[in-house]
Amino acid sequence: MMALLLPALVGGVLTGGVYALVALGLTLIYGVLHIVNFAHGSLLMVAMFGAWLLATRLGLDPLAAVPLMAGAMFAIGWGLYRFVIGPVGRGDDRGVLLATLGVAVVLDNAALIAFTGDSRSIETPYALQMVQAGPLLIPLAKLVAFAGAMLIALLLWAFMALTDTGRAIRAVAREPEGAALVGIRPARIFALAYGIGIACLGAAGCLLLPSFYVSPQVGGMFVLVAFTVVVLGGMGSFPGAVVGALLVGITENLGNLYLGESLGPICVPLLFIAVLLVRPTGLFGAVR
Amino acid sequence: MALARRPGSQMAEPPLLDVAGLRAGYGAFEVLRGVSLTVAAGEVVAVLGANGVGKTTLNRTLSGLLRPRGGRIRFAGSDITGADHAAIVQAGLIHVPEGRRIFPNLTVRENLLLGSYARGRPARAATLARVLQTFPRLAERQRQKAGSLSGGEQQMLAIGRGLMAQPVLLILDEPSLGLSPKLVEEMFVLIGRLCAEGLSLLLVEQNVVQSLAVAARAYVIEHGSVALSGSADALARDTRLRTAYLGL
Repeated sequence: MMALLLPALVGGVLTGGVYALVALGLTLIYGVLHIVNFAHGSLLMVAMFGAWLLATRLGLDPLAAVPLMAGAMFAIGWGLYRFVIGPVGRGDDRGVLLATLGVAVVLDNAALIAFTGDSRSIETPYALQMVQAGPLLIPLAKLVAFAGAMLIALLLWAFMALTDTGRAIRAVAREPEGAALVGIRPARIFALAYGIGIACLGAAGCLLLPSFYVSPQVGGMFVLVAFTVVVLGGMGSFPGAVVGALLVGITENLGNLYLGESLGPICVPLLFIAVLLVRPTGLFGAVR
Repeated sequence: MALARRPGSQMAEPPLLDVAGLRAGYGAFEVLRGVSLTVAAGEVVAVLGANGVGKTTLNRTLSGLLRPRGGRIRFAGSDITGADHAAIVQAGLIHVPEGRRIFPNLTVRENLLLGSYARGRPARAATLARVLQTFPRLAERQRQKAGSLSGGEQQMLAIGRGLMAQPVLLILDEPSLGLSPKLVEEMFVLIGRLCAEGLSLLLVEQNVVQSLAVAARAYVIEHGSVALSGSADALARDTRLRTAYLGL
């Protein structure tokens, strides 16, 4: 059994890394805007299709496309907030929430028209390559995705902790009026934070593409996991998103290993319920 | 040591802040019904009044958080009526709000650094050093989360954050509110020191006696307009002040 346990653990950590990237964007948007971004899954799908188009039409490797897609998704997210979600929501939380839901419906159906409901994938030269690490054989694509996700998480943390703009984002999250009084324009910060959250999806889409199928429904699968991770880790918490994602990835893999493919998936919801029973605000959530 | 940026001396000096017939409110409720007041460069002016007469609304309108409905605000030679809050901060009119509004999730140092958000980096280190010298207690607690500070320390931080913006005019809104008598004493000593350094101050307070002791002039606001004004000495002797202030 030990021979299977270690690979399952490592596999869980690797998958969790990419979950973390999806969850980081979600938790950032929640932490600053105090809304649950229902468009998150759909925007991840857009990012995956973007990376897929770049790979199939232009022959650009998804890993090389990370900066490009992160930039493009930042622009899309910023524009969406600035011209759709912000104006439609008018600062009312319910309005903002419904606006993100509307964006999701539009994107999902647009993708169905453009790409049909088929699943698609790309072939990369490294898709089947394995890295030998002691007794372990690790798929190269997953290893790179994990490393990329952790690097981006680190960069995001540094940006939030060390730059004026990052501090302004954190300040607006808790005290928008105080922020206005030092000359920060909260509306700009909201659009910026939304853009950064969506840029994370741009990177995630590229990192996921070598090992996952893409279809117009793909977002739902990841975003459900991301919501679980964000609530589990503590809403709005960066360390919570990373630790929660790794935990979910490991639990998922161990569940499938020991309970099988049909019973295994109950492990993550069980973990979720167990954590919230003990800590209702999540692992790293502020205790009120 | 001067934390204030003084505007260049002019021949016939117009007031630094010149507010005329200012009207503002929320929804159908008009709070300010034509407030006029001036602050000269280097002057300390107190705005007094009971709770709910419109002092905080006045400050929110001056700092651009609330759009005026009428009247005119001139500051440092330019018309800032209806300007947005960031432009007003840029011009050097800095508002330290009632209730402090510090960033509880950021460290003390980060709060101070954000104070100079509109000023950029060049003068930041020097300004920070001066502010930390003014508030040794904040210097000791630089790495601490601002939310973990005591009420008095949070008020110091709010003022320190305001000073980080290199104010031309500083509006202090109820700086002594909710502080223990000993801390109120300390607060007014600090305000006196800032005055002595030449900072122009608009001090909005309920604490009449101590405010009149540091201010040169004062306005008493009642029902959204100026009921009484004059030199602090004259007002301190005025029996009408008691009447107006207590709303009798």
